[in-house]
Amino acid sequence: MEFSFSEDQDELRRAARRFLEVQSSEERVRSAMETERGYDPATWEQLSEELAWTALTIPEAYGGLGMSYLELHPLMEEMGRALLCSPFFSTICLGANALLLAGSEGQKQRYLPEIAAGTTKPTLAYAEKNNRMDALGVEATYSRSGSGYALHGEKRYVLDGHTAELLVVAARSEGSTGAEGVSLFLVSGDAQGLERRWLPTMDQTRRLASVVLADVAISDDALLGEEGRGWELCERTLDLARIALAAEQVGAAEMCLEMSVEYAKVRKQFGRPIGSFQSIKHKCADMLMMVESARSAAFYASALAAQGDDGLSEAASSAKAYCSDTFFHCAAENIQIHGGIGFTWEHAAHLYFKRAKSSETLLGDPSFHRERVARCMGL
Amino acid sequence: MELQLNEREKAFRKEARTWLQEQLTGPFKSLQGRGASGDQDTYVEERIAWGKVMGAAGWNCIGWPKEFGGRGCSIKEEAVFNEEYVRANGPGNIGHIGETLLGPTLIHFGSPEQQKRFLPPIVSCDEIWCQGYSEPGAGSDLANVQTKASLVGDEWIIEGQKIWTSGAQYSDWCFVLCRTDAEAPKHRGISYILVPMKQDGVEVRPIKQMGGSSEFAEVFFDGAKAEKDHVVGGVNNGWKVAMGTLAFERGASTLGQQYLFQKEFEQVVAVAKRTGAAEDPIFRQRIADAWIGLKIMRVNALRMLEHEGADLNREALISKLYWSNWHRDLGKLAMDLLGPEAELLDGAPYQLTAMQKWYLFSRADTIYAGSNQIQRNIIGERGLGLPKEPR
Repeated sequence: MEFSFSEDQDELRRAARRFLEVQSSEERVRSAMETERGYDPATWEQLSEELAWTALTIPEAYGGLGMSYLELHPLMEEMGRALLCSPFFSTICLGANALLLAGSEGQKQRYLPEIAAGTTKPTLAYAEKNNRMDALGVEATYSRSGSGYALHGEKRYVLDGHTAELLVVAARSEGSTGAEGVSLFLVSGDAQGLERRWLPTMDQTRRLASVVLADVAISDDALLGEEGRGWELCERTLDLARIALAAEQVGAAEMCLEMSVEYAKVRKQFGRPIGSFQSIKHKCADMLMMVESARSAAFYASALAAQGDDGLSEAASSAKAYCSDTFFHCAAENIQIHGGIGFTWEHAAHLYFKRAKSSETLLGDPSFHRERVARCMGL
Repeated sequence: MELQLNEREKAFRKEARTWLQEQLTGPFKSLQGRGASGDQDTYVEERIAWGKVMGAAGWNCIGWPKEFGGRGCSIKEEAVFNEEYVRANGPGNIGHIGETLLGPTLIHFGSPEQQKRFLPPIVSCDEIWCQGYSEPGAGSDLANVQTKASLVGDEWIIEGQKIWTSGAQYSDWCFVLCRTDAEAPKHRGISYILVPMKQDGVEVRPIKQMGGSSEFAEVFFDGAKAEKDHVVGGVNNGWKVAMGTLAFERGASTLGQQYLFQKEFEQVVAVAKRTGAAEDPIFRQRIADAWIGLKIMRVNALRMLEHEGADLNREALISKLYWSNWHRDLGKLAMDLLGPEAELLDGAPYQLTAMQKWYLFSRADTIYAGSNQIQRNIIGERGLGLPKEPR
């Protein structure tokens, strides 16, 4: 394993930063925030068609570029830095990964080229209103119905669930418990009996939805992966998504650090820049230490994902726990260092603070992940 | 997770491993793990003998250029050697001040005569060095040194006191920061002088630490003498030389240090399993957190080592602050896991268990070699470009 980014990966980062400085400026973020959709379709078109970001990690056999998580990592950092409002994460890190891990050849051929082109946006619906992040959280059920299946239940916290064209839904066979009995199904966004509703959230830069499944009939070939092995596939998908999310958190945390440092250099009190006071300087130093360490955690997990090595769950949980704590810490310190102005609606600090909180909970909070690491350690 | 090594480097690792194993399971078996941090005042004679054998076999100062008696090893190779050394449970390196601090300083700032006189006995472990920096009134504010050197004829006469001098009890030489111009601004009147320890006029009083051992000492200079030519980098230029020394720290010891930390961590996990604390949800969180922290430390180090040749990078700047906090927290976790048992000594009068030793010693980690507060200043000013405090 190499422990630094290659020249190509650095170039990808620079190109992403140039693009996002314009397309995801604070003004653009704020206007996307105001919409129910939650993103700007023109930006989506550009990033999928011109920049081919949606194609990046999809294999060439399915119309993608066949690159690895080490190429995705710098992109995610940049998206976090710019607070990009986009269904990219749900589409690629959840939906496409689920199809890649669990899909049959036919399903991959059917959907992946459209995903790579940006014309189909899948997402993953696994959590519910019981708020659990493990297999016990899956209460929605499926039953045999004719030659296919029928789905019942309610999914919550579905990322971009109200705009996705395709949903990967986790449901269990009636009467089953635990991880056993959970299967994954592909459900079209316009399926009969599907009711999707945007859930307005404190963090306005990411969209969550609820999805009610009232006897949704789906055909036989909508089963994704082996029946009864859905949770295992779901977990693996979630782990890959957690790694990408961790990288996003690193980029956003670093942005908070940079905002703090820039402000501390120019804001004067008692006749000198506040950054010359140790109380402020030391906060910034701690932030830098955490940001670089978070980058190490996420980078290591990305490298494991790229190699397909063992230990992915532990690395994903380690990264998610540490990067969540880091981003929250940096976003909170950023407000404190800015003082009163940092508490206002017009300043960007609250946008990062809110994103930090929503990211912290998304796909499992730090306590959940540390407990998971403890189990991976054999405790 | 390992450092990427090429064929030559892999062969180097194997050579080091084989040699260390032969020695440390053979003639030096009894020295395994002796004289480490918290325990550096023990087995002094034996460790000097070991240092001489290391030197004769070409394993001392391997990162120095060949012309000065080193092997010209890269930072990676040096890190690999240190890792193997710790794996083999090698004893605390008694010559490390000479190898890592004085040697690189002389190579960079010393005169050819000084290099010729002082470098070979460091490599051969015939002369042991200590560092005369801190004083009662000059800790974090190092430039405030008051120890005075005056030129009388062909000699410097030194008056004053140093403190926290590691290994002063058994050192042959000390590099001493002395004030040589009382009139100049404080950073500009300091000289870096090489002073023999075994002379009248030098008195060493060991300091007993909170753990009961005495790894460092007070050193009193009362008319101590040094040769006129034994000033490094020119008279009144000592501050620059001392600051230069700091920049020579390449982080080669990180991998070996992490190997030690890993061993300590494993002991902590064993305690948690034995006492049943491993089932407690709060302890599980803390143990997992420590484990995550240790893995990150390793990736930080590997990223730093792959930055070879670059300027002091961010990973290097944060290294000390990161590991010292981590290690201090691990010590606390170990004692918390032990519960009331943490109090029980191995015996009277004050025989600490190994775990108690590193728990207590870890309180020094965040103070020596630049306290956490100084580290944060360095990170803030050099890493982030924040303005200095007006002085």
